[in-house]
Amino acid sequence: MSLRRLAPKEMQPVSFAFSAENDAWAKQEMTKYPPGRQASAVIALLWRGQEQEGWVTHPMIERVADMLGMPYIRVLEVATFYTMFNLVPVGTFLVQVCTTTPCWLRGSDEVVAACKKHIAPAQHTISADGKFSWMEVECLGACVNAPMLQIGKDFYEDLDGPITEKILEAFRRGEAPKPGPQNGRHTSEPIGGATTLTDPAIYERDKHPWSGTSGGGFGVTDAEAKKPSVGAGDREAPAQKPPGAAT
Amino acid sequence: MLQDRDRIFTNLHGFQDERLAGALSRGSWSNTHAVLGLGPERICEEVKVSGLRGRSGGGFLTGLKWTFMPKNEERPHYLLINADESEPGTCKDRDIMRHEPHQLIEGALIASFAIRAHTAYIYVRGEFIREREALQKAIAEACDARLIGKNNIHGWDFDLHVHHGAGAYVCGEESALIESLEGKKGLPRLRPPYPANAGLYGCPTTVNNVESIAVVPEILRRGADWFSSIGRPNNAGTKIFCISGHVNRPCNVEEAMSIPLRELLDKHAGGVRGGWDNLMAVIPGGASFPMIPKSVCDDVLMDFDALKEAGSSLGAASVIVMDKSTDVVRATARLAKFYMHESCGQCTPCREGTGWMYRVIDRLARGEGAYRDIDLLMEVSSQIGGHTICGLGDASAGPIQGLIKNFRHVIEERIDARSFPRAA
Repeated sequence: MSLRRLAPKEMQPVSFAFSAENDAWAKQEMTKYPPGRQASAVIALLWRGQEQEGWVTHPMIERVADMLGMPYIRVLEVATFYTMFNLVPVGTFLVQVCTTTPCWLRGSDEVVAACKKHIAPAQHTISADGKFSWMEVECLGACVNAPMLQIGKDFYEDLDGPITEKILEAFRRGEAPKPGPQNGRHTSEPIGGATTLTDPAIYERDKHPWSGTSGGGFGVTDAEAKKPSVGAGDREAPAQKPPGAAT
Repeated sequence: MLQDRDRIFTNLHGFQDERLAGALSRGSWSNTHAVLGLGPERICEEVKVSGLRGRSGGGFLTGLKWTFMPKNEERPHYLLINADESEPGTCKDRDIMRHEPHQLIEGALIASFAIRAHTAYIYVRGEFIREREALQKAIAEACDARLIGKNNIHGWDFDLHVHHGAGAYVCGEESALIESLEGKKGLPRLRPPYPANAGLYGCPTTVNNVESIAVVPEILRRGADWFSSIGRPNNAGTKIFCISGHVNRPCNVEEAMSIPLRELLDKHAGGVRGGWDNLMAVIPGGASFPMIPKSVCDDVLMDFDALKEAGSSLGAASVIVMDKSTDVVRATARLAKFYMHESCGQCTPCREGTGWMYRVIDRLARGEGAYRDIDLLMEVSSQIGGHTICGLGDASAGPIQGLIKNFRHVIEERIDARSFPRAA
């Protein structure tokens, strides 16, 4: 487990308030959960706060606790348990490099080296121009596009050292490089063209594999199927034949 | 090889329109009304008969899990969809969320109906921000079209919400996910009580993986027989395989269960880098499971039973390939570091043991250990599994035991090379 503590007192701001827009959003978010269960929104609210301020501050924790009717310690627990909450200030562009085995096998060391060169020699350090900081993180879930990193909300995939440097340079110049795979792939298909889903027939509506089979498929047209009729709650009605079941 | 017509995720790679119009044209939301007309019992039965096993590692029959929900209950029921996809090597749910959201939403409606839930939450891992946005957009579309929501055209009131985490691997464990959704630290719960009796907010809850839910509409539309005819008995259906590591063309692909590993890699991933003979080992199911050496890879089938026999597991079908240039000890040490970082700290054997294992294997990877360290590592790893509340303890021991079982000689050679540099 990782031991995480709040930033020292002298770094903490005096107060925190959600912007009007975020405040309205937070109130809306709380309605997703049953009455009395507003604590469920704690991660979402802290995340919104972090998006607003860049990191999670002590006054923010108290404010979120007050909004959700939670003891301060419970929100503090959440803020320190989940590693995506930054407890100290980070650069405007937070670069998170995945270094877990699938990325490491495909050369995440080069990506880390590029970050060291272009941002700062040590992770969690804000770069000289104040724009960047980088950190190694555990698997970000884009393993077939390894190695990869996350900047802000976007994934940059299929990297190597020089491409990483190019992306960081572009951010430094204030551009927004295109996220996703950087080697010409569309998403997660094999490079050079998909080996599956190449049969155009599957995208032709009347040639759906299950159309015309006994009892299955489009026996009911869309329009009919979507017509409000007998409530599905009326389960006393005799069960219909399962669509597509063998005859 | 599976035919395109038998693939469920026809927009897996996002080449088609993922919005509602596109999803409708690919067959989503067709006949949903008739499917719900079967009633909850018949739906559970059909899904059970189809042989669908949980797609995130456990491999438990999805239909059977649904029948554990109480039948006559005053308390609200909940469906939780586990999209906290954090297992190293796994990235299939991400593609479903961003490219096939409507299959997931339709599946959520059917599954909720089957377990008599009016509310479902999709717990998306915190890092998937764009995927969360895509999902939210699709849910809004479905609500606008009155496919879900209150007073929808299917006659089953159903609210679907997206909830997100903030970077804790352990929240992929179902009871930790419930704790996290309640606004607490993601610490797994002791069982019993099981979630079907006391889950989210103390109410009956079923937790299913994204892929398990997203395949349900197609199974019910095409029939359980169609699904169970693919793959070997007890390992039915199609599965998204994530192929990463040392292959020429890493990719996600939907294939039939029980496909031979070699065929899977050669057909879709362009083969192992440097040819099949350059293969060293494969982790077949994601980081939590032991690796299998090339001799096993030659003819092993990719399904639950075959991989269990081979001493590993299908897990989430995340194939991590390592060729002969790989430092397997370092690769395993990196996984040990992952588990050390992700242990929630609740149970002592896991909290302390994962750190112990990392420090010992890191020493071995540098060649600084001694022979007795290998046995020490084996001993420590065997004392974690089975002594913790959740499976993370067992998972942390898996890769290390797999390494020692298959590549003990590599570790020993490294120790020798450092201890007797002239002999080596």
